[in-house]
Amino acid sequence: MSILLDASTRVMVQGITGRMAQFHTRDMVRYGTNVVAGVVPGKGGETVDGIPVFDTVKEAVAETGAEASLVFVPPPSAADSIMEAADGGIRYCVCITDGIPAQDMIRVKRYMLRYPRERRMVLTGPNCAGTISPGKALLGIMPSHIYLQGNVGIVGRSGTLGYEAAAQLKELGLGVSTSVGIGGDPINGSSFRDILELFADDPETQAVCLIGEIGGPQETEAAAYIRDHFKKPVVAYIAGLTAPKGRTMGHAGAFISAFGESASEKVEILSASGVRVAENPSVIGTTIASVL
Amino acid sequence: MDIHEYQAKEILARFGVGIPQGALAYSPEQAAYRAREIGGEGWVVKAQVHAGGRGKAGGIRVCKNDVEILDATNRMFGQRLITHQTGPEGRGIYRVYVEAAVPIAREIYLGFVLDRSSQRIMIVASNEGGMEIEDISATRPDSIIRATVEPAAGLPEFQAREIAFKLGIEAGLTQAMVRTLQGCYRAFRDLDATMVEINPLVVTSDHRILALDAKMTFDTNALFRHPQIAELRDKSQEDPRESLAADRGLNYVGLAGNIGCIVNGAGLAMATMDTIKLAGGEPANFLDIGGGATPERCARAFNLVTSDSNVQAILVNIFAGINRCDWVAEGVVHALRETPVNMPVVVRLAGTNVEEGQKILAQSGLPLIRATTLAEAAERVVQAWKADVAGNQRVFA
Repeated sequence: MSILLDASTRVMVQGITGRMAQFHTRDMVRYGTNVVAGVVPGKGGETVDGIPVFDTVKEAVAETGAEASLVFVPPPSAADSIMEAADGGIRYCVCITDGIPAQDMIRVKRYMLRYPRERRMVLTGPNCAGTISPGKALLGIMPSHIYLQGNVGIVGRSGTLGYEAAAQLKELGLGVSTSVGIGGDPINGSSFRDILELFADDPETQAVCLIGEIGGPQETEAAAYIRDHFKKPVVAYIAGLTAPKGRTMGHAGAFISAFGESASEKVEILSASGVRVAENPSVIGTTIASVL
Repeated sequence: MDIHEYQAKEILARFGVGIPQGALAYSPEQAAYRAREIGGEGWVVKAQVHAGGRGKAGGIRVCKNDVEILDATNRMFGQRLITHQTGPEGRGIYRVYVEAAVPIAREIYLGFVLDRSSQRIMIVASNEGGMEIEDISATRPDSIIRATVEPAAGLPEFQAREIAFKLGIEAGLTQAMVRTLQGCYRAFRDLDATMVEINPLVVTSDHRILALDAKMTFDTNALFRHPQIAELRDKSQEDPRESLAADRGLNYVGLAGNIGCIVNGAGLAMATMDTIKLAGGEPANFLDIGGGATPERCARAFNLVTSDSNVQAILVNIFAGINRCDWVAEGVVHALRETPVNMPVVVRLAGTNVEEGQKILAQSGLPLIRATTLAEAAERVVQAWKADVAGNQRVFA
């Protein structure tokens, strides 16, 4: 999907000198992603695998023309890194970090509104596996070999469930246009609806797989959008049918606190909006095949 | 992270919220002494447990004298309080809060939450104080006032006044209500809470606004920057399996079934629980080993699950991205060699280094049942569990 990410997108990695960041940057470069810079305050002038490291996002953008950023920074400074990216002219940012305080994300979202719509950064995550456009570019930590290039868009809160979906599709000879992780946190950069709007305009995407879970209003918001505006077929799987109420199930956002937030309610609402809901996680692939 | 009522009141009082006079007691005699210190003619004795619904369960008693206080607290200390929120195991009562009884003219519901639709802190208030918010929502939804706070500005006085006027707060108490609202908001914001609930907030007949009950929940992701809040954790109020897990850096929720689960990724872990249920079994737990789990971490997770006496079969379901199947396999083999278990173990590996992982499992010589898909893994573990349980019963018969 060329709106978020393609083979030519110039990518920077914030936090590039960390162990995990280096491992995944190498993976991304091997895949063909155009990584042009790293940003680590205080390490400007160093290189990682020949990639120049800068002290600030603004410098990196000025020197390399970086347009997208992967934030691989620990929780205490991750929100700050996202805001720096927004201020530095980055157009698309993916934040992998798990553990950012919720109110930090409230402040990040508010900060991003500082910029007029045309200049505003798009953020996906935090607490996600990233975004991949198979055959073009990888901005994240997913195992790239499980993705075939194709016409199914994937958007989901869970990284590993997203891998299940991609692997099942590959088994059936079906490929993915772009897979976007929106992450498991209660306050996130983009909702299901935000990504569906992008898929709606993407000629390469013929159908969408939506992977949701308990907690939060975004599946319901997506259902209304799908019912009223989205023309392409959507298949969904909602995790947590057996999750107890009031307990946080791993993801900070996987918490049933209100009506309409349980898995069964979401399944009902999505079905009523014309979405095919896979009844168990092992038939996500075949359910998608049936709507193509 | 949850805290006790007395701790929440202490915090909110520091932020300018009015609370009745009160003091903590660790024994019946101490409770009687506290009441004398507080003075007055009536006291409310409250069990300090991390759960709502205490009143109906006998955890809140109004007392008029020493004898009643000693009697009430004697019944509470050391008991497990079982409310509609605790489950059958209840919560242990080790502390009691003695509070001055106040003359109540009116009860208000006041809550602060993270609203995920607007991505803001939201104030929820209603004149139907004393009822649970779910009940107010169901029976008197028109009474609920909602307001979101602009993070760039905080809660300005005019917005707090608006809420006070909508609640019909008497003119002389508007400022007190504004202080209460701003105090709660600032506590929520400055301490990284995820929930502040005062139910009821009372207007007394002697014209004060006081929080009669207070609950605060904190963002675990933010505890690293609030060590004094982290200090308030009370393990006596937690499921011991979960305390054990949290202290070892494992993401774990204890459930009631007998099929133990070890999975990577919260969504996949929930989906695994769902699939086990579909196959006719009941999960004993949720456990997410997270990304980049070392063999040592996998072994720890394995030991944690097997230490649960409810567990009669185990399913390890790993789809490795940032994780590695060989590390997981090493961890499982190590754990089983150190502490052999007498129950079926099913392992499903997929993703990064899957062949290396399968090889390690095969060469271990351990009686592991292997599966390639999630569906197969769930089917196999439930069947093996049923056969194992039936076999054991036959042996005893």
